[in-house]
Amino acid sequence: MHETDQFLTTPQTPVIKVESLTVRYGENTILDNVSLEVFKGEILVIAGGSGCGKSTLLKQIIGLEKPLAGKIWIDGVDITEAEDEQFEEIRKKMGVLFQSSALFGSMTLSENIILPLMTFTDLPPETIALIMKMKLGMVGLAGYENHFPDELSGGMKKRAGIARAIAMDPQILFLDEPSASLDPVTAAGLDHLILNINHGMGTTMMIVTHELQSIFNVAQRIILLDKSQKGIIAEGSPLELKEHSTDPRVRNFFNRKAA
Amino acid sequence: MFHLSITEEEGRTIIVSITGRLSLETIESVMKESKPVFEINRPFMIIVNLAGVTFMDSAGALTLLRLEDEARKRSVPLFITEMSEKAKDIMQLIDRRALALTPLNPQERHIGFFAQIGEHSINFLKDMQQVITFGGILVAEIISSIRHPRTVRWADTINYMKKVGVDGLPILGLISFLLGLIMAFMSSLQLKQFGANIYVASLVGLAMVRELGPIMTAVLVAGRSGSAFAAEIGTMKVNEEVDALITMGFNPIQFLAIPKVFAAMFVVPLLTLFSDLFAIFGGLLVGVIGLDITIYTYLKQTASSFGAFDIITGSIKSVVFAVLISGIGCHRGFEVSSGTEAVGNAATSAVVSSLFLIIVTDSTFAIILNYIR
Repeated sequence: MHETDQFLTTPQTPVIKVESLTVRYGENTILDNVSLEVFKGEILVIAGGSGCGKSTLLKQIIGLEKPLAGKIWIDGVDITEAEDEQFEEIRKKMGVLFQSSALFGSMTLSENIILPLMTFTDLPPETIALIMKMKLGMVGLAGYENHFPDELSGGMKKRAGIARAIAMDPQILFLDEPSASLDPVTAAGLDHLILNINHGMGTTMMIVTHELQSIFNVAQRIILLDKSQKGIIAEGSPLELKEHSTDPRVRNFFNRKAA
Repeated sequence: MFHLSITEEEGRTIIVSITGRLSLETIESVMKESKPVFEINRPFMIIVNLAGVTFMDSAGALTLLRLEDEARKRSVPLFITEMSEKAKDIMQLIDRRALALTPLNPQERHIGFFAQIGEHSINFLKDMQQVITFGGILVAEIISSIRHPRTVRWADTINYMKKVGVDGLPILGLISFLLGLIMAFMSSLQLKQFGANIYVASLVGLAMVRELGPIMTAVLVAGRSGSAFAAEIGTMKVNEEVDALITMGFNPIQFLAIPKVFAAMFVVPLLTLFSDLFAIFGGLLVGVIGLDITIYTYLKQTASSFGAFDIITGSIKSVVFAVLISGIGCHRGFEVSSGTEAVGNAATSAVVSSLFLIIVTDSTFAIILNYIR
C-alpha cells in the first residue's frame, strides 16, 4: 500500500510562510519585520500577552487585513499580491475558528455547516446532509443539527465552529483563542478534539492562544510574540522554551509572572 | 482525478479497485461508478482495494462507509483492503452512529393556515399587553422624573436631543420643503381653473400645521431615532449591560429610557414647527414663481388659514408621538434576549409599531379635536 500523497511531501514543507511582515495602525506599529513558517501537518501555536499582536498576525495571514510591508505565502501563493480569484481558491483550503465562534445566529447548526458545501460544491443535498452529520459527529455534536447557536453552551459553540471550519476538509485550520473563556474540563476536551482532527485529517493548524494548559496540550511548536519587541522573541517546543529559555520575558510568560 | 475498476473473480467475488483521489470532489463520481457492483446478482463478497488511493479526506472516508452501507443493505459482505494507516486515522474520526442519529431538536412543525392566524393573534394580544404594561411603567417613571428632576441624566438627554433634533433637521427640512412644494404644485393645477390660486397657501399651511407636519415629523423620527433606540438598548441587552445596570442597583428604564423619551419630547415639537415652516416655504416658492402671488400675499393668506389653537394642538400631538416613538423604541430594545438577529428585529419592530401607533393616535386626535373645535 502506498502512502497517500497528502503525506508524501516532506514534513518540512512550509504551507504558510510569512516574510518581514510589518503591520501598523496609524502611528502605532503592532508587528515589525515578523517572519515565520508553518509546516505541513504541524500544530503551531502563536502565543504572547494581551496586545502583542497575535490576533493581528492571524488576521493578516487569513487575509482579512493587508500588511504595510512584507509577504505572506499560503500553499505557495503570495496572498499579498494574489488576484481576487486566486485568493478565493486559497480561501477554500483554509478553515477558521473565530474567538466568538462566529456562528450565524439566524441559522441552525446544520445550515451553518452546509453553507460552504452548498455554495462551493455541486454535491446533492442528501450527500451534503450526510457530510454535515459526519462533521457534527466528529466534533461530538451528533443530533444537534436543528439547534440554533443560542441554544448551545460556550464549549458547544466552539465545537460547532470547528465543525463549520472543517466542513470542506481544509488543508489549514486557523483557530483564534479556541479555549478562551471555557472551563478547564471543556478546554481540555477541545484540545483533544484539535489533536484528533490534526492526527486524523492531517490538517495543518495555526492556533492563537495564551492559555498555558492548551499550549502544552496541543502545540508541537510555539512562537512567542512580545508587545515591546513588536515581534517574535522565542520559538521552539513549549517544554524546550519553558525549561531552557534564558529570556526573562519567556520565563515570565511560562511562569505566569508579571513583567 | 480517480479511477474505479470492477472485476469479477471466481466464486462471484467482486473486486473494486480505486486509484487516485478519494475526496470531496470525487465522492459523487465514486458512488455513481460503483453502482454496477450492487446490481450484480448475489455476489459472494465485495473487496474494495485502496492500494492506488493517493489522497483521502473525510468525505472520501464517508464514501467508503456509504459503500459498506449499500453492501449491508443487500446482505453482501464488503471488505476494505490496502488502507493506509493515515486513511485508517481518518476513518476512526467518523462516528458511524452520528450519521444515522435522529436530530435531538425536531425541525419546526408545519402549522396550518388557521392555526397560524390564531398563533399570530395570540402573539399580537400578548404584545399589546406588554406594550401597555411598559407604557404604564414608563408614564410612572416620567411623572417621577418630573417630580424629581435631579434623577434624570440630563447630559445624556441633551446628547439625545442633538441626535434626534439637530442631526435629523436637514433631512426633515428637505422632505418637508419638497412636500410643501409638491402639495402646492398639484393643488395649483386644479385651483387655477377656478381662479382660486390664493387658496394654495391656505391648503399648504392648514394641512401642514394640523396634520401633515406632526405626522411627517413623527414618521421620520420613528425611522431615524426609534429604530436607533431599539438597536442601542437591544445591543446592550445582548452584551449583558442592562443586567449589569440592574445588579448595580439602577433602574434600567430610568437610566436608559427616560433620557431618550425626554429628549424626544423636547425636540419633536420643535422639529414639527420646522417641518411646517419648510413646507410653507416650499409652497411659497410655487406660489411666487408659478402662480404670480406676492410673498406678502402668500404669507398673509397662510397666516389667516390657521390659528394658535392649531399650532398648539399640533405641538401637543407631537409630544404624544414623541413619547410613543421613543417609548416603543426602548420597549423593543428591552425585549431583546439574545442574538444579533433579535437586535435587527427589534429595530424593525420599533418602526412598524411606532407607525401603527402614530396613525391610531392621530385618528383619535382628529375625532376629539373635531368636537372641541
